[in-house]
Amino acid sequence: MSGVDTGTIFALTGAVLIGIGVYGLLVRGHMLRRLIAFNVMSSGIFLMFGATGARGPAAAPDPVPQALIITGLVVALAATALVVALLLRYAQITGRAALSEDMPGEDDPA
Amino acid sequence: MIAMAPVFCIIVPLAAAFASVVRPLPRPLVGLAILVVLGLTGMTVAEVWQQGAHRIPVGGWQAPLGIALVVDGLSGALLATTALVMTAVLLAALPEFADRDRETRKGWAFWPLAFLVWAALNAAFLSGDLFNIYVSLEFLTLATLALVSLEETAEALEAAMRYALFALFGSLAYLLGVVLLYAAHGTLDIALLSQADLQGTNSIVAAALITTGLAAKTALFPFHAWLPPAHAGAPAPASAMLSGLVPKAPFFVLIRFWFDVAPDLPGEAALQFIGTLGAAAIVYGSVLAMRQTQLKRLVAYSTVAQLGYLFLIFPLAGGDGLSQVWSAGAWTGATFHAVSHALAKAAMFLAAGLVVHAAGHDRVSAMNGLTQSMPMTAFAFGLASVTIMGLPPSGGFVAKYLLLTAAFSSGQFIWAAVIVAGGVLAAGYVFRPLSRTFFHGHVQTVAVPRRQQAVPLTLAALALLLGIVSSAPYAFLQTGRPIAAEEGLE
Amino acid sequence: MTPFLPALILGSALVPGIITFFLPEERVRLRNALNLGGALVKLGLVVFLVAEVNRGRIYETSFDLVPGLPMVLRLDALGLLFVTLSTVLWLLTTVYAIGYFGRRRNLSRFFGFFSLCVFSTTGIAFSGTLVTLFFFYELLTLATWPLVVHWGDAASIRAGRRYLVYTMSGSAVLLFAIVWLESTVGPVEFTVPAEMAAMQDWTARGILVLLVAGLGVKAALVGLHRWLPAAMVAPAPVSALLHAVAVVKAGAFGIVRIVYDVYGIELVHELSMTLPLALAASATILFGSLMALGQRQLKPLLAYSTVSQVSYILLGAALFSPYATIGGLVHLVHQGLMKITLFFCAGVFDERAGIHDIDELDGIGARMPWTSVAFTIGALGMIGLPPIAGFVSKWYLGLGGVGAGHEWVVAVLAASSLLNCAYFLPVLTRIWFRAPGPHAAAAKREVPAALVVPPAITAAAALAAGLFAAFAYSPLGWATLIVGREYTP
Repeated sequence: MSGVDTGTIFALTGAVLIGIGVYGLLVRGHMLRRLIAFNVMSSGIFLMFGATGARGPAAAPDPVPQALIITGLVVALAATALVVALLLRYAQITGRAALSEDMPGEDDPA
Repeated sequence: MIAMAPVFCIIVPLAAAFASVVRPLPRPLVGLAILVVLGLTGMTVAEVWQQGAHRIPVGGWQAPLGIALVVDGLSGALLATTALVMTAVLLAALPEFADRDRETRKGWAFWPLAFLVWAALNAAFLSGDLFNIYVSLEFLTLATLALVSLEETAEALEAAMRYALFALFGSLAYLLGVVLLYAAHGTLDIALLSQADLQGTNSIVAAALITTGLAAKTALFPFHAWLPPAHAGAPAPASAMLSGLVPKAPFFVLIRFWFDVAPDLPGEAALQFIGTLGAAAIVYGSVLAMRQTQLKRLVAYSTVAQLGYLFLIFPLAGGDGLSQVWSAGAWTGATFHAVSHALAKAAMFLAAGLVVHAAGHDRVSAMNGLTQSMPMTAFAFGLASVTIMGLPPSGGFVAKYLLLTAAFSSGQFIWAAVIVAGGVLAAGYVFRPLSRTFFHGHVQTVAVPRRQQAVPLTLAALALLLGIVSSAPYAFLQTGRPIAAEEGLE
Repeated sequence: MTPFLPALILGSALVPGIITFFLPEERVRLRNALNLGGALVKLGLVVFLVAEVNRGRIYETSFDLVPGLPMVLRLDALGLLFVTLSTVLWLLTTVYAIGYFGRRRNLSRFFGFFSLCVFSTTGIAFSGTLVTLFFFYELLTLATWPLVVHWGDAASIRAGRRYLVYTMSGSAVLLFAIVWLESTVGPVEFTVPAEMAAMQDWTARGILVLLVAGLGVKAALVGLHRWLPAAMVAPAPVSALLHAVAVVKAGAFGIVRIVYDVYGIELVHELSMTLPLALAASATILFGSLMALGQRQLKPLLAYSTVSQVSYILLGAALFSPYATIGGLVHLVHQGLMKITLFFCAGVFDERAGIHDIDELDGIGARMPWTSVAFTIGALGMIGLPPIAGFVSKWYLGLGGVGAGHEWVVAVLAASSLLNCAYFLPVLTRIWFRAPGPHAAAAKREVPAALVVPPAITAAAALAAGLFAAFAYSPLGWATLIVGREYTP
């Protein structure tokens, strides 16, 4: 590879994933898709984080980001699991998987 | 032991949370856990009072590898506030999720979640580096999400998921900002970062991401939409923590970041922009609070408005203002507001919870005739309202006065006008339910014991007391304040 | 002992109030004993103080809320004038209220808030700094509202809302002005002249207008007065003490403090703000009287009369002349005595004969002579008939107007007196010279004594204040002392 080291590739890939994730989070209505978008976005961030640990081809990578990424993965997994559980119960009760469009309470003096 | 008290402020509630997952704790054990954490918090506060701000390395590792806890006046004050409010919340929850209810999902789940919230809040207030803060905030988000969905109705679940979207988006934005900072400076320790010279595009992007993420979690306008349904939909004791305490954690982190990590970074335009959002929150939240017909919704929208005041700290004390004489007043005013609002709003939600329970429905008319049937609760709601309106004698008044003085001293009349108008608007929404308490004939059919009514009354009285005995809390909040401008108002 | 005197006097109102809140409804005797006891203790302390302050002593206690936010309680001659008035009238009104309410409900709540109101009023009188004044001023707003909505019917709640809209907006303006002023010239203490020179003239004028406007809501300046007639739905003791004395006087007292102890009358004169102030006061005097003329019910008539009479105090404060100042200050007391008499009597007419409208008063004089005589003394005093107290006020105000070079003030006073005649004399005619109507015929006896003795005492006091005006301890003597000691322009 001429001129582009692995760290940069990781970082750029991470940036693309974050972009895809943000798009999905904002545009999609289905909660499950939004949740997947959230995971894509967090993967992108972890990838970028990992890239910051690169210290050139010769040296061993900085271990701190790796340790933090593992923690972050656990947190993201826990969050995903919780929201899936909420969604499941919501779908059981209402039969829908998307949040209602109007923001509740914004305009309901009724 | 005393020096390690802050560490146990996190460990003990965490242990209580795990223990109550395994087996519901009997009442005496809940009481013991509360007492122990109260004692530990007291020790931490006393230590700050005597020794000033200090760091506690955990596990013997030094920065940048090790984990350090940092205690100063602000974190000590928020720790103490958390302890007081959580004590009240748990006491209020005891009858609501009584022993027989522990068999139900709701009664079982409340206790571990509440203790988890306590642990996560304390961790956020004590963390000395940006990644531990991230983990604490995530714990907080997960626990509060579960609390919001406790009622298990479609509305509650929807509110929880909407909250999840905002909160998780906020977490990721924050995390991305943290990653950028690490890439540039190779450390996430707050003390080390504050020595690093944060400048340039990278730092500005990182700061913008961190601020956006935390603002979404604090429900700053226009990220507020998730808050009212989430806070109003939870059971009242949960609402009290959610509204009174939980938004203070991301706000605290914002202060840490803007005042400790990157005091020189923000430009005037950015500070004014955040202030404008805060002002918009005050006006918008108040107007919507006035239009609510449901009691808990009204109280929840009031939180949107009250959180707006906190963000006036940025135009009034941030950036170049930090070195000015009025900065001490503005900084302390906003943090004073965070404390007094926590006490008053928790009191209000607990009182509202008792009223809703007694009347059997959640409309504002549940307050009708309350001064006759439940005078203590009516009084608690009234006293809390005084703080919310920022009228003397209350902690809210002292906070507002300090912010106002800073606004005039710095020549920013527009914020002064917003602060003053916010008080009138607050009167507009709190007196709607309060007027009803004087109606003849009451609608509350379920009797509530006085012991239960005493809890919100005590909290509201504390918020009021903060406005009378305010010089000690004022001095305490100043302990270890970034960039000494202690000459302040003197 | 002495440094705690202000705190002790405040406590004599606060402590019974707080205990009363927690008393069960049935503990009538304990509640009455507490409230009367508090009022008596306070009266005793105040009598002691009057003698002390007369000898030139000044008491002060202070502590800092936060740095730069000092709370100062200070007893000076002006403050004591206001405190003495409110203390004497508190005692009488408590007696009256006990008689008025009898065995009705929600009295622990009522007396609790009532004591809080007296506590706040006393605090306002003792305030040594602007912020302290604001502190108690707002407490007064909060403590009065529950009394306005006490009956808990739709009309009371509506009146309460109007009261809040006006007073909350007023206090917002006041707070804005106070902090603006203090951020320019530093914390304002009433004893130490503020560094007003640090301000530009137009800033000083702007802040003065905001301060007067903020305080003018409670003082019921024309345009800001509309809460006052509405608040007449409150129980009679509330109308009597609070609306005739405490609340409106708090506003007027605040304006006097601003003009004399914050700006100084000379500076207000140099800023050419005395004339606009005097004009606003005069407009309110005439407006209130004209509105009273059109009322068919007794309490709204008295309310509009209050609007008019309170501005006499402001007129006195605004005129750059010592006589006017004396006239204004003495009216603080005189108007209080006369107006509380009238409201007490209106309450008795309502309770014992069910009278609300003026034309229901026909021939009541024969049936309820005590109340009617007291009412007549109050009304004639308002008109300014010698030797009743009101005459003294008007005489000094007139002298002051001439002294300040504003002869038109005499015309305003004369016009107002004529209007007073026009709305009070028909009422008196109905009371004494008409054949008894259905209400007079159905009127009950004038009992209990608790209801009838207080107006008799205040009427006698109004008469005495005029007759013995030359004595050193008369309201006039005291006002002259204040002006001589502190104001000499």
